[in-house]
Amino acid sequence: MVEPILEVRNITKLFGSVIALSNVSVKVYPGEVTCLLGDNGAGKSTLIKILSGVYPPTEGEYYFEGRPIVLRSPREARALGIATVYQDLSLLPLMPIWRNFFLGAEPEKGRNGFRRLDVEFAKRTVRQELAQMGIDIRDPDQPVGTMSGGERQSIAIARAVYFGAKVLILDEPTAALGVKQAALVLRHIVQAKMRNLGVIFITHNPQHAYPVGDRFIILKRGRMLGAWTKAELSREEMIRSMSDAEELEALESELGQLGQRNAAGPN
Amino acid sequence: MAIESWQRAPRADERIVRIGTVRGLFRRVEVGALIGAVVIWVFFALITPTHWLTILGVSRILDSASTLGIMAVAVALLMIGGEFDLSTGVMTGTSGLIAGMLATQLGISLWAAMLISLGFALLVGYFNGWMVVKTRLPSFIVTLATFFVLRGANVGVTRLVTARVLVSNIDQTIGFATARAFFDLEFPLFGVSFRTSTIWWIAIALIATWVLQRTRFGNWIFAAGGDANAARNSGVPVERVKIVLFMTTAAAAWLVGMMSIVRLRSAVASEGIGQEFIYIIAVVTGGNLLTGGYGSVVGACIGALIFGMARVGIVFAGWDTDWFYSFLGIMLLVAVLVNDYTRRRAEAISVAAAKARTEEEETL
Repeated sequence: MVEPILEVRNITKLFGSVIALSNVSVKVYPGEVTCLLGDNGAGKSTLIKILSGVYPPTEGEYYFEGRPIVLRSPREARALGIATVYQDLSLLPLMPIWRNFFLGAEPEKGRNGFRRLDVEFAKRTVRQELAQMGIDIRDPDQPVGTMSGGERQSIAIARAVYFGAKVLILDEPTAALGVKQAALVLRHIVQAKMRNLGVIFITHNPQHAYPVGDRFIILKRGRMLGAWTKAELSREEMIRSMSDAEELEALESELGQLGQRNAAGPN
Repeated sequence: MAIESWQRAPRADERIVRIGTVRGLFRRVEVGALIGAVVIWVFFALITPTHWLTILGVSRILDSASTLGIMAVAVALLMIGGEFDLSTGVMTGTSGLIAGMLATQLGISLWAAMLISLGFALLVGYFNGWMVVKTRLPSFIVTLATFFVLRGANVGVTRLVTARVLVSNIDQTIGFATARAFFDLEFPLFGVSFRTSTIWWIAIALIATWVLQRTRFGNWIFAAGGDANAARNSGVPVERVKIVLFMTTAAAAWLVGMMSIVRLRSAVASEGIGQEFIYIIAVVTGGNLLTGGYGSVVGACIGALIFGMARVGIVFAGWDTDWFYSFLGIMLLVAVLVNDYTRRRAEAISVAAAKARTEEEETL
């Protein structure tokens, strides 16, 4: 039986009198993709910020590799191997790929006083790492700003994996992407999983979540609607659980009336 | 689409369109400034060929550009790091006055006076940086305040101590001869005299280029100026980087101040005021982005060279030097327009390449 690499139990987070999360429990296993689904305001962002050490939970326990931990900063989380790729990616558009990839952890060579960047190593490594993810860059000097959204996501993911991430938290990586670009990112999620990383994939798109996910957690208004393995949940069930059937019907009839009124009305 | 198709081997054509050598050249930061420099060189070569195309002409241009060039290097690093320093010009005056006054009034060695002056300059640089980092005020405002405080103090303190607005007889101080040899010596080469300030300039530009392009700190400068938040998220000590850069511009101003006092043998209270804009102009002319995160030391040096050429060229051509600043203004505009054009061309090439690639991808 494989132990979860990361686990939170009964997490609650209050912002003043607002309950952002209530009693949420998540298990993340190595070599699996855990999808965190939910509409806007469901508490997805709050949960990943707790998981990545941005703020502590009001209540609840956090275990990493079976040991209870308390994260005081994102830096601590990163040091443990919990890497978060945010939507803004923390990439600098005007800087070349290789400089971005190694930013903050630049490889160096040479003696003291003449310590310099190991540019050849950096460029070679970037090319190799991205080639492993299926992105062929000819020119590591190319500014990141000239790359597509999907490729930028890939660089951010490759960077996290290269620097020893054991858990990879991806915050809406496919949100702003077209179909082909999103497919590229989903491919990388599968690749990270095959490298035995525990992947947490946050999305509000069931079409993206279902094909790559092994486990699904649906959040709604700060509460867990449930947790399923892939075998327990069909795509249709998932979509139905995510969207509120009653709400949708109400919206449908409201829009229908609006359309009729416009068609009939004199102005 | 089935899962297997996402795992298929990537297609080879998912990549940036190859950019040709000539087009690739247009991506260089310095190319606009280089074109400008060539145009101005040719211009004056046509107008005053007898003076311009001599080794004397070259030595005069380099001399005129050297101190400006030293400042441009430091100011460029700071600008790439995302900040401004308006106190650089007046700082050259302040450090000269401090060294001059200490040596002439207290009778201490000029070298010791210079070291104390350096300490003060670094302190001011640290203060500028610290204020900008801690208060998050724009560096434009913080250093403008420093500029005016120093400007007032330069006149006030000098008049208090010497009863004039001038510190003279610096050549009478202990250690003047060696200081002069170190900071601003004339030496003959090819039958005309060059100055050590030119060598300082070249050496500093080489070191700064190496630091910027080939060290970890250089990477951090680009990152701090490009997006301080993103840099911080990646573990770059943005605050420390910026403070060091402010201290660097102050130290460069000190060096130029020392060159000035050993050359003129005196220090004037109004020294350096207004020069800060010339430094910034030279740096921007050299293709450095005003908003930070992008630029080059070599470009800033070419910018300084352009101004050196203009200053000397106007004298050689026998024009009224009253019009020098108007000429500079026009040149700045032209240089920046050329820059902007080349940068937009570079961006257009990149964007076009990215677009072509995306369309290709979407049709697959």
